[in-house]
Amino acid sequence: MDLINYVKDNYDLILKLTGQHISLAGIGVLLACAVGIPIGFLIVNHKKLSKVVVNIANIIQTIPSLALFAFAMPLFGIGSPPAIFALFLYALLPIIKNTFIGINNVDPAIIEAARGMGMSKTQIMFKVEVPMAISVIMGGIRIATVTGIGITTIAAMIGAGGLGQLIYQGLSMMNYEMIFTGAISSALLALLADFILGMLEMKLTSKGIVKEETI
Amino acid sequence: MISLKGVSKSYNQQTKVVDDLNLEINDGELVVLVGESGCGKTTTMKMINRLIEPTSGDIFIDGKNIKSLNKNELRRNIGYVIQNIGLLPHQTIEKNIATVPLLCKKDKGEVKARVHELLDLIELPYDIYASRYPRELSGGQQQRIGVARALANNPDIILMDEPFSALDPITREQLQNELLKLQVELHKTIVFVTHDIDEALKLGDRIAVMADGNILQYDTPENILKHPVNDYVEAFVGTDRLWKTPDMLKAKEVMNKKIIKIGADRPILHAIELMKEHDTNILIVVENASSKSSKMLGILGINRLKGVSNPATKVRDIMKVDVIKIPQDMSLVEVLNIRKENGIQYSPVMDVAGNIIGIITNTSIINVLTDIVPDKEEY
Repeated sequence: MDLINYVKDNYDLILKLTGQHISLAGIGVLLACAVGIPIGFLIVNHKKLSKVVVNIANIIQTIPSLALFAFAMPLFGIGSPPAIFALFLYALLPIIKNTFIGINNVDPAIIEAARGMGMSKTQIMFKVEVPMAISVIMGGIRIATVTGIGITTIAAMIGAGGLGQLIYQGLSMMNYEMIFTGAISSALLALLADFILGMLEMKLTSKGIVKEETI
Repeated sequence: MISLKGVSKSYNQQTKVVDDLNLEINDGELVVLVGESGCGKTTTMKMINRLIEPTSGDIFIDGKNIKSLNKNELRRNIGYVIQNIGLLPHQTIEKNIATVPLLCKKDKGEVKARVHELLDLIELPYDIYASRYPRELSGGQQQRIGVARALANNPDIILMDEPFSALDPITREQLQNELLKLQVELHKTIVFVTHDIDEALKLGDRIAVMADGNILQYDTPENILKHPVNDYVEAFVGTDRLWKTPDMLKAKEVMNKKIIKIGADRPILHAIELMKEHDTNILIVVENASSKSSKMLGILGINRLKGVSNPATKVRDIMKVDVIKIPQDMSLVEVLNIRKENGIQYSPVMDVAGNIIGIITNTSIINVLTDIVPDKEEY
């Protein structure tokens, strides 16, 4: 009951923090897409390079998120820029990896047939590779988004705002309503984002390659 | 016309995948490149649409050096069918077939009509199949679509890289037959790669047998079977192949050359002795056994001797006279038909001059067959 009252009383604040949360995670993931997808494409034909890139992304992933936020501070000060930078780095691995795997798994026979029919490299990329790998690439984006929304709660510690702010304030004030509101909203947000991206993935994936069980 | 002139391909200095190869393929001809894996047949084919660039040498299509043409345009004007079919799984059958014409920015209405026409040609009705996705089709249907796609832009040349080898034997045979049927209608210049000599013999107007990056023999199926240029070709083609294509096997190749002649006036006692001596149960009756060119009067089988009590009876009196003589060049299929229709066991074979040069018996046919048995058991 207290929780509902708390939400009612602080409706505006929660909405504002949710908005911040979405924009932090959203910008981080979008930047990671803008950088990660092209990298994924570029490393497909370079085995050695692909190992190096995936290893670097793996290492970034092992840095504890709190530490990564802290490392970003000397570079970007406090507030949203360091938070977005850290979120961007975290989102890179699943996006690069899935793009790489998705493109790499396109049956070479199909690429061969496409070349043999006289498609240019760009045509092969956009007419064959991307549509065939899209569900795997989207899978990477979904993972990046869900984890990104979770990690964004920590961004409050470096003054970036977001729903994490409720959790930290709640912790210091021993206000459980605040803590739960922050945690539950963030979780719901992650679920919602995953659902929306899932719908998008369905829409982008051709019926000819959707896995049987999801039809 | 496609001509390859002194074409070589090597990936490093030592080994040449294709070594100074020359090949001419006439318009409307179905040429099969056949050989074991690694012989360079696929490499040779892929150089024609520049999926692989030769290290040296030139390839001309209708007199134009293909080096001077734009790669993608060249490929759009050459149909291409591959072993793994390679349909685009995310596109419908209609879009798959329309791929090349659409790349060439042809009018959409025309392309649609063309897809319709091609689906009719391969007997997959447009209304049922056009909107389906490749995975909803069987392997055989998919490869039919693969062929239709290769035909879509109406190219003069089609390259086929082991297109049927991933299919089950029954479907493979169906598609081979359909290809032959299509070829009668369409008269494309087809370069067909396979490792399967049976497929090569069945489909090829001419066959190029390849090994170590070169062509050992380039000839019609019949000549390759009958006059292999060397031991390798002979072994590759295999004696059993001749048997599998009985219409190419002639009477003289099936007959038993060991014929025992007997003079017509000899007593049957002598006939029995001759049969024992030569371990045979059939004698060719001639006027004079010692003369070389004597004409056959009849044949004497062991059955005719049964129930003859007088050992002095002359061969002439009991021999079979109404014997069907087989010309030496008659095909085995015809020989078998004649034998079956007339219930004959012994068919003497005559040369052009009418001299008997051998005899076809069940045993001689079985002997040809048994030649291949040891081969078969190795599989």
